[in-house]
Amino acid sequence: MADATLTFDEAMEQFDPVLGFEVHVELNTKTKMFSSAPNAFGDDPNTNVNEVDLGLPGVLPVVNKAAVESSIKIGLALNCEIAESCRFARKNYFYPDTPKNFQTSQYDEPIAHDGWIDIELEDGEVFRVEIERAHMEEDAGKLTHLGGAAGRIQGAEYSLVDYNRAGVPLVEIVTKPIVGAGRRAPELARAYVAAIREIVKNLGVSDARMERGNVRCDANVSLMPKGATKFGIRSETKNVNSLRSVEHAVRFEIQRHAAVLAAGAKVTQETRHWHEDTRTTTAGRPKSDADDYRYFPEPDLVPIHASREWVESLRAQLPEPPAERRKRLKTAWGYSDPEFRDVVNAGVMDAIEETISAGASAAAARKWWMGEIVGRAKVADVDPAELGVSAAAIVELNGLVEGGKLNNKMAGQVLDGVIAGEGTPTQVMEARGLVLVSDDGPLLEAIDAALAAQPDVADKIRAGKVQAVGAIVGGVMKATRGQADAGRVKELILERLGVSA
Amino acid sequence: MAEITRDDVAHLAQLARIEMSPEELDRMAGELAHIVDAVKSVSEAAGPDVPATSHPIALSNVFREDTVGHVLTPAEALSGAPDAEEHRFRVPAILDEE
Repeated sequence: MADATLTFDEAMEQFDPVLGFEVHVELNTKTKMFSSAPNAFGDDPNTNVNEVDLGLPGVLPVVNKAAVESSIKIGLALNCEIAESCRFARKNYFYPDTPKNFQTSQYDEPIAHDGWIDIELEDGEVFRVEIERAHMEEDAGKLTHLGGAAGRIQGAEYSLVDYNRAGVPLVEIVTKPIVGAGRRAPELARAYVAAIREIVKNLGVSDARMERGNVRCDANVSLMPKGATKFGIRSETKNVNSLRSVEHAVRFEIQRHAAVLAAGAKVTQETRHWHEDTRTTTAGRPKSDADDYRYFPEPDLVPIHASREWVESLRAQLPEPPAERRKRLKTAWGYSDPEFRDVVNAGVMDAIEETISAGASAAAARKWWMGEIVGRAKVADVDPAELGVSAAAIVELNGLVEGGKLNNKMAGQVLDGVIAGEGTPTQVMEARGLVLVSDDGPLLEAIDAALAAQPDVADKIRAGKVQAVGAIVGGVMKATRGQADAGRVKELILERLGVSA
Repeated sequence: MAEITRDDVAHLAQLARIEMSPEELDRMAGELAHIVDAVKSVSEAAGPDVPATSHPIALSNVFREDTVGHVLTPAEALSGAPDAEEHRFRVPAILDEE
């Protein structure tokens, strides 16, 4: 049965939402958190495992130093305190994705705590999200449920387990309750997860591909009556794994909670499953004994002491934060707010930066990427960068247009050739015989022919109807197969007819 | 003496997926209380001046470099599996959590 919901507006009239997020980030180390087996995505099942990942008797885990350093970098990027001493803990539960029957995690002593990040929404409004903690742990294996309805756990007869993902290093980032977002809560949810994804990608510590599960979000939502300060009962929507889903899931849960509370009932504290197809959630399991994880300090691992020298040396390696970089580039390039926003949303900011460093003006770089390449990428259904147009190629192409060697239409054809792998712009131009007819001789011949073909139009122009010149220009462009400078053609026609523009 | 009720034992048994008879639950309630008391005697030996520790050896920062090492073949990985299919471990359907 579908859950009742209020409209979002109705919900917002009566309630204030409180949000909380747990974001899991898979690190892109070469090996796993506690074993030297490869950390790789997409390989054949159970080819990236050893005895440690399988939890076989007698094995001992050893901590991956690079994973610890990546975790500290994440903590620093989130303005956290890095614990001078921290340790691992066992989180005990029985489920076949974890062959040891416990997940090695951190409990009372996370490596990073008490941080914050400022999240800027599209219109520039900034919310500060406080970070409770970021702790290290390991990922679980992947289950495939078979029999019954394919892929669904309900009705499945058995499950197949691939432990390639078991032991992959994870950092779990937990926020403090986020109060005061009001009707912008769904947007903020999306922007927060986007910011975390961007930060870990920028740090180079994760591939940050949500479609591969590198960044996964559990979203907590509760409502309290407007003006109240005591939090309501929350639900936790698990594994909301795209930015769009995060926004929709938070919106849906707000509307669902509002309907429950408005009817005088109590929200059940439970996990919820997100369904992208219907954009709704359904009840998972309620909080129960299953959550009694009996954490205790991991006896097979010794504590980690993060000396201040170590932390500072890692801090010195941090790249410029993405938000600051955007501000700097926008100012340097002189783009307007909407222009810059379009560039960011199209995912070509890095490409434009490269193109400018390769020698293009900011305006030219934007013209090529936003005006030409983004559209072609959309048609091909790939990311603009994947079309393989180098910054050098754009600078060269732009030079050919500015130098009068190509008109815009021909430049588009050259770009197509570059994308098709036919070589540099100059090579494509030569190979395709794209030469702008700049010698007036052939142009005048074509103009005379076009005027002769349309004598009535010629008369109109002579009589002062200058805008009619377009029809003649069209004829000339056709005759020269587009390889003429339309502006020059227009000048010549008017000259020929003795009319001033 | 520590208070360990029959319900506590039943709860622990459930968490640990151990099936226990009513007689066993009764017996273990008493025995566990003794065990907890025995462990508690550690607190008599260690005064407030002794910091808590999770490890008997004073070591920290035992790390491994991030270099790929020993890996099993799928056949080796699955050699101890009660059941396998398509190079994966085959397990009964478990309707617990996802």
